[in-house]
Amino acid sequence: MKKEVFINSVGSVSVQKTFDNSGFLDEVVNYEGTSVKAVDPNYKEYIPPAAARRMAKGIKMSAVSSQNAMIEAGLENVDAIIVGTGLGCLGDSEKFVRDLLDNDEQYLTPTRFIQSSHNTVAGSIALDMGCKGYNFTYVHANISFESSLWDAKLQLANEEAETILVGAVDEVVDHHIKTHQFIDHIKKEPVAMENVLRSGTKGIVFGEGSHFFVLSNQKQESTYSKLVDLGVYNTLPTTEVSETISDFLKRNDLSTKDLDGVILGNNGDVEHDSIYNDLGTSLFKEIPQFVYKHLSRRV
Amino acid sequence: MNQGVAITGMGMISAIGNNVAENFASLISGKTGVSKIKQIKTVHENEIMVGEVPLTNEDLEKLLGFPSDSHSRTPLLGIMAAKEALKQAGIQDISEYRTGLISGTTVGGMDKSEQYFYDFYENNAHWNHINGLHAGDSTQKIADAIGLSKSFVTTISTACSSAANAIMLGARMIKSGELDRIIVGGSDSLSKFTINGFKTLMILSDTYNTPFDENRKGLNLGEAAAFLVLESDAIVSKENKQVLAYVKGYGNANDAFHQTASSEHGDGAVLAMEKALKVAGISPKEVDYINAHGTATPNNDLSEGRALQRVFKDNVPEFSSTKPFTGHTLAVAAGVEAIYSVLSIQNNVIYPNLNFKTPMSEFNLVPETKLKNKEIHTILSNSFGFGGNCSTLIFTKEA
Amino acid sequence: MSDLKQELKEKIIEQLNLEDITADEIADNDPLFGDGLGLDSIDALELIVMLDKDYGIKLADPKEGRKIFESIDSMAAYISAHKA
Repeated sequence: MKKEVFINSVGSVSVQKTFDNSGFLDEVVNYEGTSVKAVDPNYKEYIPPAAARRMAKGIKMSAVSSQNAMIEAGLENVDAIIVGTGLGCLGDSEKFVRDLLDNDEQYLTPTRFIQSSHNTVAGSIALDMGCKGYNFTYVHANISFESSLWDAKLQLANEEAETILVGAVDEVVDHHIKTHQFIDHIKKEPVAMENVLRSGTKGIVFGEGSHFFVLSNQKQESTYSKLVDLGVYNTLPTTEVSETISDFLKRNDLSTKDLDGVILGNNGDVEHDSIYNDLGTSLFKEIPQFVYKHLSRRV
Repeated sequence: MNQGVAITGMGMISAIGNNVAENFASLISGKTGVSKIKQIKTVHENEIMVGEVPLTNEDLEKLLGFPSDSHSRTPLLGIMAAKEALKQAGIQDISEYRTGLISGTTVGGMDKSEQYFYDFYENNAHWNHINGLHAGDSTQKIADAIGLSKSFVTTISTACSSAANAIMLGARMIKSGELDRIIVGGSDSLSKFTINGFKTLMILSDTYNTPFDENRKGLNLGEAAAFLVLESDAIVSKENKQVLAYVKGYGNANDAFHQTASSEHGDGAVLAMEKALKVAGISPKEVDYINAHGTATPNNDLSEGRALQRVFKDNVPEFSSTKPFTGHTLAVAAGVEAIYSVLSIQNNVIYPNLNFKTPMSEFNLVPETKLKNKEIHTILSNSFGFGGNCSTLIFTKEA
Repeated sequence: MSDLKQELKEKIIEQLNLEDITADEIADNDPLFGDGLGLDSIDALELIVMLDKDYGIKLADPKEGRKIFESIDSMAAYISAHKA
C-alpha cells in the first residue's frame, strides 16, 4: 500500500515579495523589462556573514526559501534534499568562463568554479543543516522541479523517507538573457507586467527565484494539500495535449468536472500560449482558469 | 523486496574504446587511455594528462549522420553509447513500453558555450548551440536520436556521482512500477571549463594518476558516455530476455562536511555503502570485488580507504580503481564503472589498479595490481562528488 | 614591510569578500586560518592565486601554503623573500 504525500510547507524568494510567509501577494510589485530580478530579503537575517561571503545569488535565495520552508514545517532536519535547477548558479559559471577567456586561462579562482557545480545549492543546504541523507539535483530545463517532485513522491509513497525538502532555483544572468534573446526564447523588447500575457511577441520575460517545500507522508497542521499524481512528457504534439490530460485525469478516476480550477502556464510567448488558449476554450472551458507567470516570470 | 533490477543492454565510449567490447579488451590487456590532450587547445596542455575519446566531433557527427557542428560533444558521445545499449537489449520499438531516459552530466554543452561565448554576439552562425548551455539539452538530443518521445526524460547533475544517481533513480522507478524500461547513465565531454576548474582546486596530476598510492598527485580528467538499459521483470519474462546482471543495491548520502572535499573518515561514503548493502539485503562479506571511486586525489583515496575499513572492517575484499584506464570521467564515472562491473561479473575478472607502487602510510590497504580471475557474484561500486555527494551501487549475477 | 602588510590585509579582505572586517582589525600575527580569521582550504586556494597574480609567486602544491598563510607576518616575509 503506497502512502499518501502531503505538501506541508512553502518557502519562496521570487520577483514578488514572497520571502516571508506572513502574507501572499498582498501588494503586487510591478515591473517592465525582458528579465526581472528577485525582491531580495535581508539575507543577513538568514545567513551568517562568514558563510555568505562566497555564496552565489542562487544559494542565498535558496538559504532563505529553504529555511522558511523548514520553519513552517516545524523541522530542523529532513531525510532527503532534492533540488531542481535549469542552470544552477549561472552567475558564477558565466564569470568563470568570461575570466577564462579574457585572461587566457590564468589567475582563475576556485570559488566561482565550485559554485558552478549544479548541485552546489543542494550541497550547501545539506552542509548548513547537517543533513547526511539523500541529496539529488535535477537539471532538465523547465522540468527540473517536476523531476524532483516525482523523485520525492516516489520515496514518500514507498516509505523510503518521511520528510523531504524539495525545491527549485534559477538566477537571472546577463549573458544568458542576451543570447536567449537572439533565439527568441526571451523577449527582445521590454514589456510591462500588465501587458505580458497579451504582448503578441515571441519569447518570455525571464525571472529568477528559489522555492522550497517540505513534502511528507505524514499530514500535519501546516499541511497545504496532497500531491496526488504528476505526469511528465519530454515531447507532445500539440494535437495530443488535450487527450493526454484527459487520460491523466482518468488514471486518477477524475474528469474536468471534478476540478475546482486549473492553473495554466501562460507566459506571454505568443506561440507557446496558444496551447493554453486552446485548452482554455475546449477542455477547461467550464472551469475556472488561473495564470501566474506574468507575476513571477518563468523560473 | 530485495529483488534486483535487470540490466539487459549496455553501451559506452571512453578513452579506451568506442564500444563495450573495445573497452573490455583494453581493460584485460592493461592498456591505458590517458595521454596528453589533443583536441582542446589549452595553455595547460603540458601540465596535464587526460582520458580523451580519440574520435573528433567531426568523426562522431559523420558516424551518426549529423551535419557538421550540429551537436556539442556531450550529446554526440551520449548518442553513441545509448544506441549501442539499445542494440544489445534488442529494442526495436522504443515506444512499446513506458520508457524513460535519465542521464547524468556536469557540463552538458559547455564545450560549445565556451567556444562561442563571444561569437554569439558577433553573428548567428552558431546560434544552434545557445540552448546547449542547459545541461538537459544534451539529454533531450539523446532522446531525439533514439526516437524517445512523449516520455519521462530527465537529467541529474550531482558532480562525480551523477550517473550512479541516474542508475539509482531508474532502478527505483522500475521497482516501484512507475516505468517499465529505462535507459540510464551519463555523458560528459572535456572542456576548458572543467580543465581550468579542477586546475584551480589544484587536484590535477601532471602525470598518470595513481589511485591509493602514497605518492599520488591527483586526478586525470576524462570524458565518456555510458548507458545501461534497465527493464522490469515482466518484460524480461515476457520477451525471454537475456539478463546481463542486476542492479541489486543503491544508496546515496551526503557527507555534509565541505563544499568540495570529503570528510577525513568518509562519513558520507560509509552511509552510502551501508544503505546500498541494506537495499541489496546482503552483508559486507558477500561482496566479491569493489570498484573504488579511487580518483588518486590525496583527499579522496584517504577518505574512501577509511570508509572501506569502517564498512568491511578487517575483511576489505579485493578492490581497484579503473581511473588509470579512463581518467576521471566526472558525471559518467559511475556509468562507465557500472558497465565494467557487469563485465567483471560476466567474465569473472578483477581489473588491475594500474600505476600503483607504494601503499599509503595511513592504512594497510593495497589494491589489486594485476588482472585476476575470480568467481564474481557481487560487486560494490563507489562514486563520490562535490557537494558531499556519495553514491554506492551494488551489482549481482543473480537476481 | 609594513606597507606590504597593510596591502596584504586589504587584498585578503577584497579577494575573500570579508565584508564585515577592516584591515585594522587584523593583527600582523593573528592566525588567518582556524580560530583566527576563520579561513578555510578554499580560501587557501584563493590566496595561492593572489600570490601568483600580484606577486609572481607560483606554488605547485597547496600544502606549501599552510606555513606561508599562517599570518600576515609569515605571508609578508615569504613574499619579500620570493617576490619575482
